Amino acid sequence: MQEILFYIFSALTLLCGLLVVFNPFSRNPVTSAMFLVLTIISMSGLFVLLKAFFLAAVQILVYAGAVIVLFLFVIMLLDVKEEERRRYQKFGTFLGFAAVTGLAMLIINTIKQSGVGQTLTGDGVAETKPLGKLLFTDYLLPFEIVSILLLVAMVGCILLSKREETPEAEAE
Amino acid sequence: MTIGLEHYLIVSVVLFCLGLLGVIIRRNLIVMYMGLELMLNAANLALVAFSHFRDNLDGQVMVFFIITVAAAEVAVGLALIVALYRKRQTNDVTDITTMKL
Repeated sequence: MQEILFYIFSALTLLCGLLVVFNPFSRNPVTSAMFLVLTIISMSGLFVLLKAFFLAAVQILVYAGAVIVLFLFVIMLLDVKEEERRRYQKFGTFLGFAAVTGLAMLIINTIKQSGVGQTLTGDGVAETKPLGKLLFTDYLLPFEIVSILLLVAMVGCILLSKREETPEAEAE
Repeated sequence: MTIGLEHYLIVSVVLFCLGLLGVIIRRNLIVMYMGLELMLNAANLALVAFSHFRDNLDGQVMVFFIITVAAAEVAVGLALIVALYRKRQTNDVTDITTMKL
């Protein structure tokens, strides 16, 4: 059962991931964002298979709930038609596929040769409680720093998207 | 055949390469950003897989932090894209060549 679920979820993840970046039928960024949602959801399925239940929930909450909505908001602010008018550059696309395939082959070969799959055969910790304990004891300082980072990001966003008030504009 | 660490790592590598492909072939800033998200997610998957097969939760804590930082990064990046669009009326990287020699 686990094997079948793994293959279903990983196939969905990879297929939707491909459709995010290279969709032969549509170049609309909204379509890409929708396929990104599917990728995220099937990936949280993989997290569940790895017994990381908390992270699966966080993945759906943060990515599907917040990040994609942010993407869609920004897409709405920008010009979508512009992107649909442009074509893929044939040569660049071909070169990109070739380079990326080479890189994937190289890393997969390295993984196979390192034999890491044979040496590490744990079964995972299926509880969320130890994760929370770890987060609030050993990783307390990074946790607080991350909260400050979020505050800084918030202030930065407001500052960046605020309309600049130049003296000329005020004079008009 | 049971599913081992290798399977998850291979999925993660392929997903990372798809994200990289997106950054290479697409010229739209927003879609390039989605490629970045895919790459971050691939790294998360590798970390969770290692954490599972090592019986060690540190990897999951790391993924938690990565997700938080990625959310902050997306917010700031998209604000930058909006600011750029306001100045230049474009979000296509081939049009942004001011710093080209």
